Amino acid sequence: MAVRAQFENSNEVGVFARLTNSYAIVAVGASENFYSVFESELQDVIPICHATIAGTRIVGRLTVGNRKGLLVPTTTTDQELQHLRNTLPDDVKIQRIEERLSALGNVICCNDHVAIVHPDLERETEEIIADVLGVEVFRQTVADNVLTGSYMALSNQGGIVHPKTSIRDQDELSSLLQVPLVAGSVNRGSPVVGAGMVVNDWLAITGLDTTATELSVIESVFRLGEMAPGGAGGAGPNKESIVESFY
Amino acid sequence: MSMDLDAAVPMTGMQDAPIAATILCCNCGSPIDGTTSAGALCQDCLRLNVDVSQGIQREGTLHCCRDCERWLQPPNSWVVASPESKELLAVCLRRLRGLSKVRIIDASFIWTEPHSRRIKVKITIQQEAFQGTIIQQTFEVEYVVASQQCDDCKKSYTHNTWRASVQVRQKVPHKRTFLYLEQLILKNGAHKDTVNIKEAKDGLDFFFAQRNHAEKMVDFLCSVVPCKTKKSQELISMDIHTSTKSYKFSFSVELIPICKDDLVALPIKLARQLGNISPLSLCYRVGTSVNLLDPSTLQTSDVPTNTYWRSPFRTLADVTELKEFIILDIEPTGHSVGKFHLAEATVARASDLGSNDITYFTRTHLGGVLHVGDSVLGYHISGTMFNDENFEAIEASSQYSSTVPDVILVKKFYARKKKPKNRAWRIKRMAREYEDEALAAPQQKSRREEQEANRLEEDFEAFLRDIEEDQELRQTLDLYKARKQRVSDDAMDEDEDNESDDGVPQINMDELLDDFDELNMHDEE
Repeated sequence: MAVRAQFENSNEVGVFARLTNSYAIVAVGASENFYSVFESELQDVIPICHATIAGTRIVGRLTVGNRKGLLVPTTTTDQELQHLRNTLPDDVKIQRIEERLSALGNVICCNDHVAIVHPDLERETEEIIADVLGVEVFRQTVADNVLTGSYMALSNQGGIVHPKTSIRDQDELSSLLQVPLVAGSVNRGSPVVGAGMVVNDWLAITGLDTTATELSVIESVFRLGEMAPGGAGGAGPNKESIVESFY
Repeated sequence: MSMDLDAAVPMTGMQDAPIAATILCCNCGSPIDGTTSAGALCQDCLRLNVDVSQGIQREGTLHCCRDCERWLQPPNSWVVASPESKELLAVCLRRLRGLSKVRIIDASFIWTEPHSRRIKVKITIQQEAFQGTIIQQTFEVEYVVASQQCDDCKKSYTHNTWRASVQVRQKVPHKRTFLYLEQLILKNGAHKDTVNIKEAKDGLDFFFAQRNHAEKMVDFLCSVVPCKTKKSQELISMDIHTSTKSYKFSFSVELIPICKDDLVALPIKLARQLGNISPLSLCYRVGTSVNLLDPSTLQTSDVPTNTYWRSPFRTLADVTELKEFIILDIEPTGHSVGKFHLAEATVARASDLGSNDITYFTRTHLGGVLHVGDSVLGYHISGTMFNDENFEAIEASSQYSSTVPDVILVKKFYARKKKPKNRAWRIKRMAREYEDEALAAPQQKSRREEQEANRLEEDFEAFLRDIEEDQELRQTLDLYKARKQRVSDDAMDEDEDNESDDGVPQINMDELLDDFDELNMHDEE
């Protein structure tokens, strides 16, 4: 299912939220409308956490996570970290990382199995990503952009990349990720697909400006129409086997 | 660790479809190649949705001065630009706000009717719409032409804008000299720099924006007429720090008040200096000096300007006092100087014919043109009371009192119609402003104005006759062919008074000029 939402007149919903298969983090806004969109779709399915990171609302850009874990930048305060630990499920590992590129959401793009990261990320960070999130890490660019997290939205079902990505790059990325990829845009032609939307295996939330064409592309590539809510683990065994054969 | 994996990736489907569609247009959903498209829009949607000319005005106002037809280039310069010219296009494009942010590829005028006071310009611009996408767009801008008086024209309509003036004066009761001067000025284009020309009492005032223009005019006047000049200046303002001063200059040019065919009585002392000419003599020509002729001896002499002003004298009688005489008998003496032929003539007043038998004997310089029975104009000295001290001195002197003749013949008289309308030639006139004193009293204006107008008309007619009769005068002027319809209008009444104009000198058509100002106005009737 794909929903349109707006955070305080901004269409960049991926900036203000982080959505995974086991939890969601939503920025603390002046109005609760944005939170309500998440609540109406995810209530009683996964926990939704109201949070700030380093006192800012751009939680989607500063954090990165999947079903197994969450990474927060070094600027996160202890209080914020404690709040996240209290709210998120116990089996989600939360780790604060010392990384120069502190907007983790911009430089890392991951699903439950693979992560595509900025080529300049530190080696130590790469290891932490692999440990905490339980993924295989690839240093790659998306359409010659190093900010993989901004220009790519990824779930276990599929992924959408910057509209200028060539077929060759799409094929290369798709073979690394082992999910179907498509080039596309959100928010009426915006190429920052990672920041313009949030997606997990059964739900995508995009900016309010997203056109019907864009939404249909998103629904088809993330296979949102055929998946029922609660199917978090549905794709699990199937995909895991693919990735295993990859090793 | 992933190096060997990369090699295993199947690289199919990239060579076979080099221009395959990769994304759907976010607006219409048509498949397009995302790597080359602008944003995520197809060509059509791009054209529909993106307006690079946004923020550029589609309407503007141009200011044009009605009088000088110059265009305002903001903030305050006025440029000369003909319609649909490069210069006007530049003025138009500069008026558009926001045009500096885009690249102009092309601009051209779309024809509009001039009286619509609209100017349409078609502009083609290019601008980057998305990263790496340049959009070219063509649009029209309509300008309304508003009129605004430019500073120079404003100035020309206000008083006291001139910097130098030339006041030309001749203290005579008629305007013939000025009519002649007007033609000379027109022929030589000496009036080109004038700001304004005003008619004042006894003369004309020429106004100039610069002093050297006025000086040029004064030099011109000194080269064609006998005159005396005087310069004066009035301080307008002075900056004591830079010692720059601005002055107004006035040049007073006074013409010698003696005209052609005037009778003069010279002071006897001056007459002795001028080659011992008879003090009672006739002015036969006015060039840069006054040329005098003694009709009884054909002795000529010229009075240079400075000599005249050292001992000025006035005319004894002018052309208005000429009387008509009839030649009863004429006998050439055989003595001739140039075109003058001395003859002894017996004449009678035309008005006396039939009433008495008084005849006068005189010597005349017109022996070459006069025949028995001709009418001639002359001064009737014995029948006139003069109030002139020079003349009294002549009458009192023992040497000259006996030489004063009864009659001095001046020129042959041609009987004409009162107002010959059908002249085949005409002269140009200058436009000028009359001094406001006549306008100040509107109720008295009518009678005085009428008299003035009549007198001016008479002077003008006399001037035209002079041109017809005097070959020498004609050569210094520009005469133009009269307009065609005039001849056809008067053709019907031509025959009835045809015989009265017989013998009147006519101007040869070869001497006339075509008026080129009128040729372009209407080529066919």
